[in-house]
Amino acid sequence: MDQAVFLFDILLPALMQGLVITLQLIACSAPFGLALGIAVAVGRQYGHPAISWLCRTYVFLIKGTPLLLLLFILYFGLPSVGITLTAFMASILGFILCNGAYNAEYIRGALISIKEGQMVAARSLGMTRWQAIRSVILPQALRRAIPGLSNEFIYLIKYSSLAYMITVIELSGAGKLVATKYFTYTESFAAVGIVYLVLVSITTIAVNILEKRVAVPGTVRATPSAQL
Amino acid sequence: MDILPILIDWSPYILSGVASTLGLVLTALGLGILLGLPMALGQVYGAWPVRAVVGVYVWFFRGLPILVLLFLFWFGIFPAIGLGHLSAFVVGAVVLGLRGAAYQSQIFRGAIQSVGEGQMIAARSLGMSKFTAIQSVILPQAMRIALPGWSNEYPNILTDSAVCYAIGVVELLTITSRIVTQTHMTMPVYLVAAGIFIILNYGGLKFLHGLEKRVAIPGFGTGAT
Repeated sequence: MDQAVFLFDILLPALMQGLVITLQLIACSAPFGLALGIAVAVGRQYGHPAISWLCRTYVFLIKGTPLLLLLFILYFGLPSVGITLTAFMASILGFILCNGAYNAEYIRGALISIKEGQMVAARSLGMTRWQAIRSVILPQALRRAIPGLSNEFIYLIKYSSLAYMITVIELSGAGKLVATKYFTYTESFAAVGIVYLVLVSITTIAVNILEKRVAVPGTVRATPSAQL
Repeated sequence: MDILPILIDWSPYILSGVASTLGLVLTALGLGILLGLPMALGQVYGAWPVRAVVGVYVWFFRGLPILVLLFLFWFGIFPAIGLGHLSAFVVGAVVLGLRGAAYQSQIFRGAIQSVGEGQMIAARSLGMSKFTAIQSVILPQAMRIALPGWSNEYPNILTDSAVCYAIGVVELLTITSRIVTQTHMTMPVYLVAAGIFIILNYGGLKFLHGLEKRVAIPGFGTGAT
């Protein structure tokens, strides 16, 4: 078969369809992963001891378990206890749980880095504890957490490929199907790899710009900017 | 049916899965140091072509998902260069190691660069060659600084090793799936596997943190974190 025909008529259209699914997976997981991360970090740092323990245990369990096993539990395991999710939903749920746990660690690190005096000062101005967290601590902490959160976002792009293992035909899966059907393993996976490299490289540049855009003049960065 | 008899029945297989997973992780970690350290040195002290090659290597291996790397090497690159006879275990360990080297090189690079430049100048002015200075002045400090960051590679590689399931390496997750298929005990078996991974994860980390304390020099650096 002609190389050009294979590339433009078969491989690229398949990969673009897969890419759409990959982007859907990321778009559906990332915002909830961030929200979960913030909630868990705040809960662990400022919550009632029981909530704090719950948040700590959640992070402990998720960080200890391979994401692939978590996906298997959600997709193959949950039906046996009466909860059936589609493969796409199970993937998103797995990514949110995983992304949220890692995000929580970065956000908690940033929360700790904000000096305690700020909470005391905010409370002495008459703010409630919740108001102080929301309007004084978090706006600073989240900015400091951006490099870590960006790295996690990049990990999310890469680990979205694991959805293929529970039958979601996203970018890697699309590449695998073409590779198996036309026996073009090196070419197909190289093409898949290039798409991921482009995605990841664009994201790296974008988050570095974002970090500069939201920076408050005069505040120092806690961690160096994201690299891949 | 109860989970406990099943676990006892299958315990030799589960243990072989654990051994296989640990084999993957330890090979990958070792390969990662073996390649990552020279890469870091090359990136700090090397000429620009060396720096460029290492830079591209790191960009490539950190930019691709582990699943795609495994597929690419297992189905594509290794058979194409005549290494198609390698077992899935070897390919899995090598790919995890090659990828680990990319991450580890950046940990080592940061550590080497955090040792003040003045030390190299001082060592050279005492008559040491560049190589001797790196070997006896820079690296003993840099490796200790790198250790906490390096310890975090262990859980990363451990959790990624499960993806080797995709190319048919018979590691813990593969064994788990087989037990699930055979016994139809889905959730309990998965949860036990998760428990084993968690124990391996935090047990290994505990060992590494102990190591950090053992090799720490009193009063040097920030110490174990």
